[in-house]
Amino acid sequence: MAEQDNPDREELPVDPALRARICDFLLDVAHAIDDDRLEAWAQFFTEQATYRITTRESEEAGMPIGIMACASRGMLEDRIKALRTANIFEPHTYCHLLGPSRLRLVAPDLVAARTNFSVIRTMQNGESILFAAGRYQDEIVTGRERPLLRSRTVVLESRRIDVLLVIPI
Amino acid sequence: MSTDTAQTSAGTAPISWPEEGVSRVPYQLFSDPQIYAMEQERIFRGPVWHFLCLELEVANPGDYRTGFVGETPIIVTRNRTGDIHAMVNRCAHKGALVCHKERGNAKTLSCVYHSWTYDLEGRLMGLAFRDGLKGKGGMPKTFRTSDHRLQPIRTEVYAGIVFGTFHADTPDVETFFGPAMCRILQRNLSRPLRLLGYHSQMIHNNWKLYAENVRDSYHATLLHTFYTTFRINRLDMDGGIRIADAPQPWHHLSFARRATFEAAEEYTAAEVHSANYESRLNGPELLETWEEFDDGITHAIQALFPTLTIQFTLNSLAVRWFTPRGVDRTELFWMYLGYADDEDDEQQMRVMQANLTGAAGLVSLEDGCINEFVQRGTRGSTPGDRAFMEMGGTTVESSEGSRATEVAIRGFWQGYREIMGLG
Repeated sequence: MAEQDNPDREELPVDPALRARICDFLLDVAHAIDDDRLEAWAQFFTEQATYRITTRESEEAGMPIGIMACASRGMLEDRIKALRTANIFEPHTYCHLLGPSRLRLVAPDLVAARTNFSVIRTMQNGESILFAAGRYQDEIVTGRERPLLRSRTVVLESRRIDVLLVIPI
Repeated sequence: MSTDTAQTSAGTAPISWPEEGVSRVPYQLFSDPQIYAMEQERIFRGPVWHFLCLELEVANPGDYRTGFVGETPIIVTRNRTGDIHAMVNRCAHKGALVCHKERGNAKTLSCVYHSWTYDLEGRLMGLAFRDGLKGKGGMPKTFRTSDHRLQPIRTEVYAGIVFGTFHADTPDVETFFGPAMCRILQRNLSRPLRLLGYHSQMIHNNWKLYAENVRDSYHATLLHTFYTTFRINRLDMDGGIRIADAPQPWHHLSFARRATFEAAEEYTAAEVHSANYESRLNGPELLETWEEFDDGITHAIQALFPTLTIQFTLNSLAVRWFTPRGVDRTELFWMYLGYADDEDDEQQMRVMQANLTGAAGLVSLEDGCINEFVQRGTRGSTPGDRAFMEMGGTTVESSEGSRATEVAIRGFWQGYREIMGLG
């Protein structure tokens, strides 16, 4: 169990204004991917941010390798650069559907958030499928002009990926 | 289906191979259901060693792990005395799965349908209501538990891998793979291993297209441009293709040596090259490495017939294998490994380098779709249509110094033709 999910953990209240700000932020992050603004998406992370895509199975077994692991914003930028210039794949788009977020204020300027999501992938021939479902486990720093992700763990329900995963979730 | 099997058992080849030999491959092989059924019989239940699981997945007495050999569901167990056994996951009563969980630990294996219960070697121990209820019903007096069991699969554990075969005539594992392949298996897997991660990919193509793909050194730097963009690996690196010195040229090793990599790394780090800006990584921790072996080999990708691939690229050790899920579907499994005595920083480097391969692999993700492109491209082909593969010649022999060759693919097809009886 992630520390942020610990029900016994002492919680500070999340005021409505902060809640609205964080929820808008999480939607902006998802929509940046859906709108193919991936370079802008990477800028929603702090410079030292971690971003991992893993599976429920790997997470529960405590295994360190999932599907993708970035240890800095630089690695995210490399991913995007590779997607734009090096990687070859059939064109497709994502549509993120986010569930309501459970927020916990774990420090004066640090919010932990858990948000369930599903991602519908559409190929160029029109085929839409449920490509991924799972949860975001986020740590969001709020002390700056705009919120930023300090860490995001994407826990996929399934350990099986259809075809390939190149666009981040 | 039984008619098809009878027909193929009688040796009726549903295709004729082009007279040019293994440098030509009929497209029909990738979509013909009769060929697919024949492969189940002659390859997956034939005289071949198949990957069942890693020994570490059944580390303790009572551990079991289910899987597949071709379409056939299987169970691997470790019994009370520590021996590994494998059997078909199909109850001797009605054919239900005996183990419906992927893995677990059990004293016995019990079918949930009618409580037919087997020991960890697959022998029937007992069943519910054998003597009936209140003197009525029950099995006939002639019933013997010893007449019924889960179908056993011959196993051999080699270099931490549990291999299995349905066939009595399969030679032992070392003979089957040959000394050159076994040396690399021992090099990579003979120390205690730790499982670091596991996932799979559903790819929309016939299994043999992936088998070709892992043997295709010609495409590596052409399709996978991450390598060349970031100057990690190039076709002119020192390396080559080593074909197995086994009875069949089914297996091969593709390798590259360190010297060129270090030069390339220096080249990138010093920024004194003709490459464009795009070759620099913003997150260089991706490629932090250390030298694990003194043989100079930094990239070793070994393909063992029919469905197993073992990679040791930089410090990324992974076992991948695939299972046919129908004539045009294949599930590709990735299992990432480290050694049990890895230091934390070593494990972290393996974690970072795992980004290079797998379903989201910076280097390999194209393989998720490229085989489907062939599957789709060859739809509607006629019986005379075939692939042309003469890169590096038309024969099957090791190719030291060059990976601009299709020799390992021809090796696969040479063995395939023989075992399938497609003359």
